[in-house]
Amino acid sequence: MTSKGIERLLLVLALSSVGSLALITFFIFWEGLPLILGTGPGDFLFSTHWAPTKGRFGIGAMIVSSVVVTLGALVLGVPLGLACAIVLAEFAPKRLKQVLKPTLELLAGIPSVVYGFLGVLWLVPLIREHLGGPGLSLLAAAVILGIMILPTIISISIDSLSAVPDLYRDGSLALGATRWQTVQRVVLPAARSGIITAIILGMGRAVGETMAVIMVAGNALKLPTSLLDPVRTLTSNIALELGYASGRHREALFATGVVLFVIIMILNLTAAAVTRRR
Amino acid sequence: MEQPPKIRIDGLSFWYKDFQALDRVSLAIRANEIFGLMGPAKSGKSTLLKVLNRLCDLLPEARLEGKAYLDDLDLLAPDTDVVSLRRRVGLVLSKPTPLPRSIYENLVLAPRLAGRPHKELPALAEEALKAARLWDEVKDRLHDSALRLSGGQQQRLCLARTLAMQPEVILLDEPTSGLDPISTAKIEETLFQLKSRYTIILVSNNTKQIARATDRTAFLLMGRLIEVGETSQVFTVPRDQRTDDYISGRFG
Repeated sequence: MTSKGIERLLLVLALSSVGSLALITFFIFWEGLPLILGTGPGDFLFSTHWAPTKGRFGIGAMIVSSVVVTLGALVLGVPLGLACAIVLAEFAPKRLKQVLKPTLELLAGIPSVVYGFLGVLWLVPLIREHLGGPGLSLLAAAVILGIMILPTIISISIDSLSAVPDLYRDGSLALGATRWQTVQRVVLPAARSGIITAIILGMGRAVGETMAVIMVAGNALKLPTSLLDPVRTLTSNIALELGYASGRHREALFATGVVLFVIIMILNLTAAAVTRRR
Repeated sequence: MEQPPKIRIDGLSFWYKDFQALDRVSLAIRANEIFGLMGPAKSGKSTLLKVLNRLCDLLPEARLEGKAYLDDLDLLAPDTDVVSLRRRVGLVLSKPTPLPRSIYENLVLAPRLAGRPHKELPALAEEALKAARLWDEVKDRLHDSALRLSGGQQQRLCLARTLAMQPEVILLDEPTSGLDPISTAKIEETLFQLKSRYTIILVSNNTKQIARATDRTAFLLMGRLIEVGETSQVFTVPRDQRTDDYISGRFG
C-alpha cells in the first residue's frame, strides 16, 4: 500500500473512534433529554422521589449519594495516593521505585467486580460489626472507591513530580532547605497542575465506577443521613434498572446518563484546562 | 598578614562510580578574596564546588577521600549538619535556576527557611537585589514570575537569592556561561563589590574572566591541581608549561 493510502486508512480509523464518541453523545441526549424537559429540569435534578411505575422521576437522592461517595473516596484516596507518590518519586531508592510503581499500577488492572467481592466479604461485615448499620453503606462504597482510584492518583502524580527539573531541587537545597522543605515548597508547587489533574481524573473514575459500588453500597432509594446508610448512586441506578425498564422509565435512565455524562465531561475538561495552564 | 584560611582542602579525591574527578587536591582559600578555579571540561572544577557545600551527597554512587575545613568545621564529617553548612556556603549554578515562583518568593525562600522574622524579609530582599545590581530593573514587578526575567536577570536573581541567605562563602559555577557581555560585566562588577563581605570562589572556563575578576587562581587539569598563585603571576609567568598552554589557548 502506498504511504498516501496508509495515511488515509489511519485517518479513517482515527475519525471512527471520534465518531463513535459523537454517536454515543448524540444517542444519550436524544433518548434522555425529552424526559428531562418533560419532567422539568428542576424537578428531575432536585426531587428525591424516584418511583418510575408511578411516573415520578427525581434523581436528587442519587446525585447526593454519588457526590458524597466520590468525596469520601477522595478524602481517603488523595492523601494516601499523594503521600505514596511523594515517597516513591522523592525519597525511595531508585530500585524500590522501579519495583513498586508498576506493582501499584497493577491495582488498576484488577476487575472492579473483584474489589466489590472483597468489599462484600470483608469490609461490609467489618463495618456492620464495629460501626453498626447494615454494613452495605455509603462508607463501604467510599472506602472501596478510595482504594480503586489510588493507581490513577499515584501514577499521574509520580509522573508530574518526576517531571520537575532536578535544577529546582539543587537550587533549593543550595539555599539551605532540607529535602522535605524542598519537596514542600518547591517540588509540590511546581508539580501542582499535574497533581490536580491526577485528583480530577481519580474523581472521574470514582463517579463513573458502577460494579463495585452496586455490590457494597446497599442501593437503597433515599437521601442518606449518615455514612452508615445504604445509598444508590447514579451509575448503580442505571445498571440496576435498565434490564427491565421500558418507555418513560427507560428514558429516565438515559436522562440519568445525561447527568453523569455532563459531570464527567466537566471533570475531564477541567483536568485538560489545568494541564494546559502551566 | 598570616590569617588562617577560610577554607582549607587537604588531599581531596572524588570518584563518580569509576571516574575519578578529583585527585589529591589541596588548596587554601583566604577570607575576602575572589578565588578563581579554571580548567578544561571534566577537570574537576564543578565537582570541587559541589563537595564544598555537600551537594555531592545527592550523587548515589560517589565516593570521596581527604579533608576539607570551613574555618574549624570539618566539612566532610558524616555528622556535619549539611543544611546549616549550605546556609554558610551558598552556591550559584551555571544555569540560572530561578524557582517557578515570583521574584520576591525566590529571594525570601532561604531567609524564611532559616527562620528569619517576617518583618525583616522585604528589607533583606531589597538589599540583596541592590547588591546584585538588579533592583532598578525589577523593583516595580517583584511579584511577577521569576521565569519571565531575561537570562542575565535570572542569573543575577540567583546571585541575589544566595546573598539574601547571608552566607560566608559564595561558590559560583560558571555564572556567566550563558550570558551576553553586558550581563557578564554586571555580574563581575557585583562580585568585585561583594568581596569585602564574602569569600568568593569563581569557577569559569573563560580564562579572560578569571584574569579580570579574581585575586588568586588555581588551574586544574583532569582532577589534579597543576598550579596555584596570584592571578597576575599565573597569567604572566606561569610556573607550569601546561598552565601556559591552557591560558594561551593551545588546548582546553
